[in-house]
Amino acid sequence: MTGDLRQSDALMTLEGLTKAYPGVLANDQVSFSLLPGEVHALLGENGAGKSTLVKMIYGLVKPDAGQMSLNGEEFTPVNPAAARAAGVAMVFQHFSLFDALSVAENIALGMDNPPSTRELASRIRDVSQAYGLPLDPDRIVGDLSAGERQRVEIIRCLLQNPKLLIMDEPTSVLTPQEVEILFETLRKLTSEGTSILYISHKLEEIRSLCEHATILRHGVVVDTCDPREKSARELAELMVGDKLHVPSRDPAEPGDVALSLSSVSMPSPSEFGTDLRNVSLEVRKGEVLGIGGVAGNGQDELLAVMSGEARAQDGSITLAGEEINTLSPGARRARGLLTAPEERLGHSAAPEMSLIENALLTGSVREKLVDRGFLRWSKTEKFARRIIEAFDVRTPGPDNAAGSLSGGNLQKFVIGREVLQDPDVLVVNQPTWGVDAAAAASIRQSLLDLAHKGAAVIVISQDLDELMEISDRFTALNEGRLARPVPMQGLSVEEIGLMMGGSEADEVAA
Amino acid sequence: MDLGQINPLLLLASLMVAATPILLAAIGEAVVEKSGVLNLGVEGMMITGAVVGFAIGVTTGAPSIGFVAAAVAGAALSMLFGVLVLYLKSNQVATGLGLTLFGLGLSALIGKPYEGIKAPTMAKWEIPLLSDIPVLGPIMFRHDPMVYVSLIIVALTWYVLTRTRAGLILRGVGENHNAAHALGYKVIRVRLMAIAFGGACAGMGGAYISLVRVPQWVEGMTAGAGWIALAIVVFASWRPWRVLLGAYLFGGISVLQLNLQAAGVPIPVEILAMSPYIITILVLVVISLRGNHGAPGSLGREFHATH
Repeated sequence: MTGDLRQSDALMTLEGLTKAYPGVLANDQVSFSLLPGEVHALLGENGAGKSTLVKMIYGLVKPDAGQMSLNGEEFTPVNPAAARAAGVAMVFQHFSLFDALSVAENIALGMDNPPSTRELASRIRDVSQAYGLPLDPDRIVGDLSAGERQRVEIIRCLLQNPKLLIMDEPTSVLTPQEVEILFETLRKLTSEGTSILYISHKLEEIRSLCEHATILRHGVVVDTCDPREKSARELAELMVGDKLHVPSRDPAEPGDVALSLSSVSMPSPSEFGTDLRNVSLEVRKGEVLGIGGVAGNGQDELLAVMSGEARAQDGSITLAGEEINTLSPGARRARGLLTAPEERLGHSAAPEMSLIENALLTGSVREKLVDRGFLRWSKTEKFARRIIEAFDVRTPGPDNAAGSLSGGNLQKFVIGREVLQDPDVLVVNQPTWGVDAAAAASIRQSLLDLAHKGAAVIVISQDLDELMEISDRFTALNEGRLARPVPMQGLSVEEIGLMMGGSEADEVAA
Repeated sequence: MDLGQINPLLLLASLMVAATPILLAAIGEAVVEKSGVLNLGVEGMMITGAVVGFAIGVTTGAPSIGFVAAAVAGAALSMLFGVLVLYLKSNQVATGLGLTLFGLGLSALIGKPYEGIKAPTMAKWEIPLLSDIPVLGPIMFRHDPMVYVSLIIVALTWYVLTRTRAGLILRGVGENHNAAHALGYKVIRVRLMAIAFGGACAGMGGAYISLVRVPQWVEGMTAGAGWIALAIVVFASWRPWRVLLGAYLFGGISVLQLNLQAAGVPIPVEILAMSPYIITILVLVVISLRGNHGAPGSLGREFHATH
């Protein structure tokens, strides 16, 4: 299809959109058009300018130059309300929901002229039935699962009969079954004439859903294509502009049991958290154990109980045969059990502190960065520089604040910091969350290399492709219970999905 | 010891008077915190309201004008806090504490010429018919107008917060300011209005002490009432009717323990004097043991508009 043809009957056309921030050109002369009823993918690495672009369409950011038009008329939304009034709706990457409010209240906040509470509740029921997304308007959002929370966002958009629906990484927290339901809803919407602008890092999904893709690199449109005609690898290479390195390793025989949890139970320390129930697992030297599951099923609690931030109420945790349940995180680090939690800013790294200080925070024990109570700064700086070099962390220097790094770079730093300490057991939660394809591949490779050197690695992730790529054995968390681990090899996506839903693998096979 | 000299009717009537300053300050602060801002300057705004309300009330001879002036003064002082915290992104705790110190100093300065003067009295409103009800009438319906105003403010606050769109937006901003911003709500504007409301309420609460309760100007006369108001907001789980309960409980026990002291009850004075604090906290803790505590999700967190 030629550009001219696309433009003549387009729903929305962008022409020469440019937005600069101090030091960065986020979008440079971006032009493309969207047809009615089309699912249009927006592809690009982290920092390629996708978010800035959709924020301009949604009226959150004003472009420095360029025009947009909607249905042939000029479109210059001054704020999100104006964009919504014109028929543009958006589902955000990080859910823009209010935990303490009810479903109906959350939806009312996303509408400009909400009807009365009772009428709104009945409309929510109608729309949720019509699209096969059951939802009770009176429930408190904080109690909902990730999939249900996303339904709230989608129904909030659908109630306004949008002409254009923008979705920013909608599937990153869903099970394969939930993704299927979502895609069905989206297909139904497009058949009614709604256009969808779809941002995702999951290239297989884009290939199955989208008819057209625009690829951004460093804020510039570098290519357009039909993703159904390309392989996922080709798409990734278009995004990166280079050959993609696929993580690999030689298979190795697993060694002795390095870390084991038996019948561990723990009430969640946070209000909206999930209690761990009777969790047992074993991980051997040289092995990667993948733990799947939808967010909020006890991942944070499982990591906390292994890192020592929380104590198990029942059961025992042994590291190389030694009971460690009562040990503090520092003592566990000293014995070779290292962890990297999911939340980069504020949990695995202190955003306001420099990379040197962050290197000290977890490295002090194993790298001997503290001498009789005094900090050894020069040694710490060397350690920080080693991480930056070995893991290709793009930063002006180790004095920069952790919070100033992009998500992918900081994640490389956080993982590198633990890997370079030469752990016996490494537990990571969401190691490549929101990280682009090239950085994710290098992080995965470093985890595989670590396992190859004889460490036991546990990867907790919601990204199934990632787990399938690097795990030797797979298990899943569901409502705080852990399924029995099974070999990854030969496991189908359907079986994995059912395990994430709480079934045991052998029940699935039977 | 002579318990007979305690008149229960008088006791209950004076409870409402004793509780009104704290009630006003606490309901204002509840709204501020519901919008996600922690303003620890309640004491400073109260004492500023107390001195401004007293000065204007004495000068004009009309306490009602004094209350209006106190509300304006409290709101003006709170705007200082609002600009520092919301636009210049200063730390909320430190700025709030600073506001209290500033208010105490400023009020001492303004109040110097007004020491030793008596405030013009505020006429009681005897509500027709209702005030003639035996027992209930003298307790509830023979008060000065500010007591009724404070009750109306509580009712309106409850109604606005739970039943109107404006209240929903305010709660949304306090619960998750990033989400509210992403949906296009003006987080800073909403919070500025909430802070101004909180300041006005605290100012009126302070003026009630200097114009009605005492009624004269004494340096530092709020004597920690602002801190009690802050505690009541938390223990009341940010709910308007529980704020009312907490304030009246505290006021009631304060009055009761004074009466018990006067009656010569054989309980050490220290224990009686601390009883209002302990009992209020205990009761509100027991109430909030069950269920959702409702601390706003973004309370005290700094908001940066991310564009």
